[in-house]
Amino acid sequence: MNAIQRRRRLELIGGVVVLLALALLPLPIRDVYTQNLIIITILFAGLSQAWNILGGYCGQISLGHALYLGVGAYVSTMLYVHGGVPPTVGMFAGGAVAGLGALLVGWPCFRLSGHYYAIATVVVGEIGYLLFLNWDWVGAATGIYVPFRGESLIALQFRTSKLPFHYAALIFAAVTWVIAFVIEGRAWGYAWRAVRDDVVAARSLGVRVFPSKMAAAAISGFLTGVGGAIYAQYVGYIDPDSILAGSLSILIALPAVLGGVGTLWGPLVGAAVLIPVSELTRSYLGGSGQGVDLMIYGGMIVLVALARPAGLVSLFGAGARA
Amino acid sequence: MLTADALAQALISGLLMGLIYALVAAGLSLIFGLMDIVNFAHGELLMLAMYAAVVLFGATHLDPLLQLPIVAGLLFLLGMGVYRGVIARALGVRFNRGMVQIFATFGLAIFIRGAAQFVWGGDFRSVSGTWLANRSVDLGGIFVPLPQLAASLVCLLAFAGLLLINRTEFGRALEATREDRDAVALIGIDRDRIFALGWGLGAGTVGIAGVMLITFYYVSPNVGANFAIIAYVTVALGGFGSVLGALAAGIVIGEVEALTALFLEPSLKQVGMFAVYLLVLMVRPRGLFGTL
Repeated sequence: MNAIQRRRRLELIGGVVVLLALALLPLPIRDVYTQNLIIITILFAGLSQAWNILGGYCGQISLGHALYLGVGAYVSTMLYVHGGVPPTVGMFAGGAVAGLGALLVGWPCFRLSGHYYAIATVVVGEIGYLLFLNWDWVGAATGIYVPFRGESLIALQFRTSKLPFHYAALIFAAVTWVIAFVIEGRAWGYAWRAVRDDVVAARSLGVRVFPSKMAAAAISGFLTGVGGAIYAQYVGYIDPDSILAGSLSILIALPAVLGGVGTLWGPLVGAAVLIPVSELTRSYLGGSGQGVDLMIYGGMIVLVALARPAGLVSLFGAGARA
Repeated sequence: MLTADALAQALISGLLMGLIYALVAAGLSLIFGLMDIVNFAHGELLMLAMYAAVVLFGATHLDPLLQLPIVAGLLFLLGMGVYRGVIARALGVRFNRGMVQIFATFGLAIFIRGAAQFVWGGDFRSVSGTWLANRSVDLGGIFVPLPQLAASLVCLLAFAGLLLINRTEFGRALEATREDRDAVALIGIDRDRIFALGWGLGAGTVGIAGVMLITFYYVSPNVGANFAIIAYVTVALGGFGSVLGALAAGIVIGEVEALTALFLEPSLKQVGMFAVYLLVLMVRPRGLFGTL
């Protein structure tokens, strides 16, 4: 067994250990606020891993992922409200439409490079937000309430306990992790990283650059859409401001970027630091509306970005980048 | 019913707003051209300039037109400070530089927003009783509000100033640094100083835009976000690094916005400008005047 195989086996074992730990974590917790904080953290770890597949491994810095989150949430919710399709099925439809959306956005935008690409994704996300805001059929600015039709696993509706949502978020995050793990081991995963690091060299080695970006976008968009559908069922209400706003695109990208972009553990580490800090400062300092919470949050982003450019995972020694 | 007057009115207000957009974008474009950095806190610099004008007006009743050099100077210093405190460090990292600069300036934007809320609260603020307030000029039946007209004239002057700077010793040093940021050290140009001055200049132009904007617009801690996204679109449409491109693109954006509001629906005016931007990028991925 060579060094790479050995490291990958260790990471897989680590993944199983973390999965088990996170599965047991909520059992002793009775406090609803903490339960909610953990669920949101795990959900964002998954969303950020989905972003990482395109932004980290393939190097295309998308700042418009809220579009895929929102599309997944809206498709699954509309199917449930109007067609009675249970969200455990509808989330795949939502993911599929979001993945198609990512291909549609990628087809023109992947011809742009660097900052031109990043700005274009901001604008595409903003167009999506504005269109949903003016689209009466999906509730426009008022949004849609997800009707409660009784406790149901297949409809992902639970009122007596938050625990089922914890496991829904955990399964989602675990799936994104496994997909990233597969990407790290396959030849096409290496091709994606070559596209990120040096597109000219990658092309000269026979890497098909455009199809690589499109494949990464489709997987990333699909997973983000599925996450959006789960999020919609969890909060029970969606509107353009809560699911399509441009600030959400940044919130999705930040854990991966600050945790360690293009790494297996970066999104989880980043989410575990960022989401609690953001939520706790907002709860304890934000109520007065004085902006101290934003100052702490923003200041922390600046400090981490400048002090640990390779992300927080680089604190744990080797393995900053596969 | 669409009349010729309504169309002319829309075209003129589009032009006036477009010139403001252009000036806000000029600073962004200048900084980008100099060091390949997109400042995601650009809208927050605009917001701070507007607050500076409100505070100065409240304290001294100095008319915004007279405040121009003061606020531009303050923003110049602030820009240099941001460069020294954040950007110079972001340029110094050896790993992942593209993302570090995006998210470091983004974190700075959140920090400034929080600080503004801390100091001034979340309410909308504006100035009233300025020289230009509530006046307008009648151009053959078309009504042009004086604050907007003055703002666009000041923007044009600021662009003329930016072009004049290009002819000075400093301007040539800027140009040289932009062309080859490593070689300039060999001919005795202090690159770090040029970068800092470039940031000062970029922020200073935003200061001018902010002061003129406050004569007819309100300010709140979140006002920057909306102007910033228009500025990014303007810079990308004009071509990153091209100041003249920002001027042309700003006017295009302003006109598209006004015409979308007139022909389609006011709530979709930004969709119109974003769509035009995307269409142009499909044909010219480097923007109208971009060379980078």
